[in-house]
Formats: sequence, C-alpha cells, structure tokens
Amino acid sequence: METLSLLGGGLLDALTPMNLAWAIIGVLLGTFVGVLPGVGPAMAVALLLPVTYGLDVTSALIMFAGIYYGGMYGGSTTSILLNTPGESASVMTALEGNKMAKAGRAAQALATAAIGSFVAGTLGTLGVIFFAPPLAEFAVQIGAPSYFAIMLLSMVLVSAVLGASKLRGFLGLFIGLAIGLVGLDGSTAQPRAMLGLNQLAEGIDIVVVAVGLFAVGEALWTAAHLRRRPLQVIPVGRPWMGKEDWRRSWKPWLRGTALGFPFGAVPAGGAETPTFLSYVTERKLAKGGAGREKFGDGAIEGVAGPEAANNASAAGTLVPLLALGLPVTATSAVMLAAIQGYGITPGPTLMTDQPDLIWALLASLLIGNALLLVLNLPLAPLWAKLLRIPRPQLYAGILFFASLGAYAFRQQPFDVALLVVFGALGYAIRRFGIPVLPLILGVILGPLMESKLREALDLSSGDLGGLFNEPIALIVYAIIVVVVVAPLVWSRVAPRTATPSAVVEDAAKDRQEVGS
Amino acid sequence: MSTSSPEAPTPAPETTAAPAASRGVDVGQIVFAVVLGVAGAYVVLDATTLNIGFADPVGPRLFPYVIGGVLIVLSVVWIVATLRGDRAEPEEGEDVDLDQRPDFALVGKLAAVLVANVLLVDVLGWAVTGGLLFAGAAWALGSRTLVRDLLVGVALAVLSWYFFYVALGVPLSPGILDGIL
Repeated sequence: METLSLLGGGLLDALTPMNLAWAIIGVLLGTFVGVLPGVGPAMAVALLLPVTYGLDVTSALIMFAGIYYGGMYGGSTTSILLNTPGESASVMTALEGNKMAKAGRAAQALATAAIGSFVAGTLGTLGVIFFAPPLAEFAVQIGAPSYFAIMLLSMVLVSAVLGASKLRGFLGLFIGLAIGLVGLDGSTAQPRAMLGLNQLAEGIDIVVVAVGLFAVGEALWTAAHLRRRPLQVIPVGRPWMGKEDWRRSWKPWLRGTALGFPFGAVPAGGAETPTFLSYVTERKLAKGGAGREKFGDGAIEGVAGPEAANNASAAGTLVPLLALGLPVTATSAVMLAAIQGYGITPGPTLMTDQPDLIWALLASLLIGNALLLVLNLPLAPLWAKLLRIPRPQLYAGILFFASLGAYAFRQQPFDVALLVVFGALGYAIRRFGIPVLPLILGVILGPLMESKLREALDLSSGDLGGLFNEPIALIVYAIIVVVVVAPLVWSRVAPRTATPSAVVEDAAKDRQEVGS
Repeated sequence: MSTSSPEAPTPAPETTAAPAASRGVDVGQIVFAVVLGVAGAYVVLDATTLNIGFADPVGPRLFPYVIGGVLIVLSVVWIVATLRGDRAEPEEGEDVDLDQRPDFALVGKLAAVLVANVLLVDVLGWAVTGGLLFAGAAWALGSRTLVRDLLVGVALAVLSWYFFYVALGVPLSPGILDGIL
C-alpha cells in the first residue's frame, strides 16, 4: 500500500521531538483559545496565525493541525458548560449537553464529547488519508475549464444553499470577490480598485481579512451587545464515564461519524446539517429505551452523536481543502489562508507538489487528535475555569492579539489600519445577517478563478467554447443547474419540513414546560 | 464616534429596548446597501480606466465589470427588499444579548483605542502601544482595575515583543524603547 508508506513517512516527520512539541503547543493553545467564551474555532485559528510566522512550513502546519482540532474541542466544552452555543455547529451538542450539565452530569457530557471527538476525528482523518490522494490524483488531470467550474460550484453552494437567505449569501460572496480584486492585475500589472493606495499593490492579505472579520469584528459586535449579567457556568470535575454511558455512547459516535464525514467532504455541508441529522436520528432511536434520561432531560446520546458528527465533518472538510484547494467552512478557509501565507498555491497540484508537507500534516492530525484526548481529559476543570474570565479583559485580549497578528505580519501600521477597516466590515455583516463564509471564500477564490478563466480562454484563443470542452466541466455545470433548480422544485413538493431552527424551538418549548 | 460623554460610566442596562425594534423599515440596512452599491460602482468605474493587454482574451476589465455590476444589482434588490420589511437576523453568541440596545459609545471607544495603536505603534513601539491597547480596551469595556490592566497589558506586550524577536525572529517596532528592550 503506497498510502501506508507515505503515511509512515509523514508520521516519522511529525514525530521528531521538535514537531511533536509544536503539535502539543498547538493543541494546548487551540483548546485554550477555543474554550474562551465568544471565541469559535475560526477565530481561534485566525488569532493564532501569527504564532506560526517564524516557523518553517512543516512545523507551522503541524501546529495548525493541533490548533484546528483543539479549537473545535474547546468550542464544545464552552457550549456544554454555558447555556448558549457559540457557533452554529455546537447548537445541537448544547441542547442535551447543557441539560446533562445542569443535572450534575457535566463530567459525563464532557467525556462523551471528548472521546466522541477523538473517535470521529481519528476515523475522519483516516478517511481523509484514503480519499484525498485518489481525488487529488484525479484532480491534477483536470484542466483550467473544469477547475473554474468547480470553483463556481462551490461558490454557488456556499452562497445559495447554505444559510437562510440567498440574497445575503450572494451579497457576502460579492463583497468578498470585490475585496479579492484589489491590487495589481495579474496579467497586465495595472492597479485595480486600489483607491490610490500603493500599499495595496500586493493585494489585501487574506490573513488580515480573516483576523479582521473573525476576531476584531466579533469582538466589536459582542462589545456592543455585551451581556450585562454573565452566563452561569456549571462547575465540573474530571470527565469520566460509567459502563452504561459507554454502552449508550459508542453507537451514536459511529453513526455521527458516518453522517458527518460525507457532509464535510462534499463541498455543500458545513457541520450544521450533519449535527442536526445526528441529533434527530438519536432522538428517534432513543424512543424505545425505557428507564433512561429522555431527550430533553439530558440524554447522553444527544451529545455523543452530534459532537462526533461535528468533528467528523471537520475532518471531512479537509478532503476538498487538500485535494482541490476548496474551503467549505469558515475555519478551513482560515486554514487555507494560513497555507497561502507560505506561498503555497492551494489547488489540485498541492498534494503532488508538496507530498512530504501534506503527509506530515495528515499524520499530525492523527497525533493531534490523540494528544487532545490525553491532555484534555485531565485539564477539563482548568478549561472550565477559563469560562469565568472577566469579559473586559477577554475582549481587550482578543483585540490585542488581533492587532499583534496584523502588525507582526509585515511590521506595517498600514496593515493594522486595514485590520480595523475589516473589523468594521465584520461588525456590519453580523449586524445585517450576512454570512461570513461566502465572503471569505470570495476573497480566496476570486483571484484564483480569474487566473483559471484566463488560462482556459487563452488556450482556446478567446473562444468561449474553451470553457466547456472538458467533460468534468460539463458535469459540474449540470450539478450547478440541479443545485439551483432542485430547491425551487423541492419547496413546491414539500413545503414544510423540519428545520434545525424548528427543532431548537421545540426544545426551547420543552424547556419552558419543564421550568414552569 | 467621539461624542461619547466622559461622565457616563459603563452605561447601565439601557432601558431594554423592545425586542429588536419590532417593525418598520431598517434604515441602517439601507445605508449599508447603498455603501455596497457605491463600492460596486467604484469597482466598475475604476475598471474603465484600465488598458486592455495584448494576447489576453479576458483582460483586466471583465472581472471588475461583473463583480461591480452584480454588487450594484444586489444592493438595489436588497434596498427594495428592505423597504418591503426585510430584516436581518443579527448573529448570536455566548456573550451577546440581542435584547439590549447596541452600545455605540463603547464601540466608538474601542475603535479609538485601535486607531491610536495604528498611529502610534511605529513611534512608541509595540511594547508601549500594545500595553496601552489592552488597558484602554479593558477600560472602555467597563474594567475599573486600571493599574492591574496596565501591568497585564505591558507584560503581554513586552513578552510578545520578545517572543516574536527571539523565538520567531520577527522584529516588531521597538519605538522609544529602542536599545532598552
């Protein structure tokens, strides 16, 4: 097996004492930042980007693997111990998780989340290891026309299919595309949309955009609406599970993984749909069992399933990210930004151009996942303390590290000014409900798309037929049509189906009834 | 932004506004839509000044035309939708309480602190402005332990300066502390 020997080589790279140390630092930092209330995985990765500036690419990516899974794990801890979920992917975990915590079973909730994350993350990463290389091998052969079509597909999916409002999805996308235009034009080197500012000649750095949108924007938005009485934190000891908990958890873990991975791997998913599906599945399957906590009173299945689905989908998103250079979640978009920061062009050639790098990254994802479990089960009570951090210092710290990151990048105050501008934009899109993912995708893929279009039309000497001369491109365009048309037909056929928000409302109603 | 009255210490829970201003047209959303439309128009107008290169079937103008054009169309559609009562679902979060009126004075103060850092970082150096940034932001957010915040801020700033300089080999601006650090 070629894959196994490549993975072995990756493991050898990743297991050098230095790289192992970076992985441990990454996991700890990622969890630390991810646990902080108000800090989601995307912000955690964005804030920690500068830490890797001086490192060589391999060490930096290894550290990122740790930060990525650590940030995800930290987010679920927060949503179980506080009453509100920080990001949409944790909504389903929080429903039952918080009730378990209130019923004095916080330790079991955290344990099933941590072990479930480990199981799902490991299986998911193995999935990436076996799916990404063949996909990449296939992807190298596709030409510019097909690649252009695939980028178009992922933009349409992210803008129109995910999210509540198509209009807002496309607004986000085109704001991002406009930001991506700024700088010297790729082929004629003429300044475009630079507002006469020469500092913008190299384009707006994606790191500054990401940190501005995710960290500064979020901090300003939260500051404007800061909760005056902080949420109640549920105290927790060292996570552990009894025999019964294990028996009830292992099937939901596997089912959650099976649901999560494909949704992450197909550029249509994100974690919302699979976590929702996992929650609904577990609730249905749990109906038969008697003498247990029911769904609504803190059922462990309701934490185990969605949390596994969340992590498996996070692993799944690495397939399109590594094989095609397509990010499908905000967090993976920031990861891509980090990779671009090293002058590596994301895309189908990534795995063939940089095999050592990618295999070291995949190996360190496995290692990071194991480290996460080993380090975080004992550290959970410590992380829980972080939830009490005073909010003024917390948000001051976020602004501090965001400014540091933007400044350290090139040591230019201009970059910090840009950061503030994108912070303001980040505030605005939160206020007006514009999703951030299409926006950041537009910034990343816009310039890439333009160069692929040029390449495709160059080959056909300007003949538009050059865009449609590859079978893959045609198939992808057909998928785009289906994706755009199908929901319209579907809404006619099935006008009312259960939506995640409906379930959350149901659960909220249950809670009220219990409370009254 | 700068009109925040200095005597107002952490505005007490401002008479909890009616949940997200029950009805009516969202004027702020129209303003933002107009800004986006203007940005789209700028992108298009700017592109008209570009020269078309040789042997480039796409040219530097196509993308700006399409992107700016669509942005203008979307902003018009959005304005119409807003006039018909379209409202945003603002983002929720762990520390976000949307039942409160947004505290713009606080946001203004934070923005002022951030901008001060931009203007001063090359002169005073990161070790100084970073510390001030932390303490100033904490103060604006309602912390009243100024001395402690200053100490924490300066410690963070100096440590991060050394971390970048020694561990990562990235020299941040030393500013007035040149030679001391």
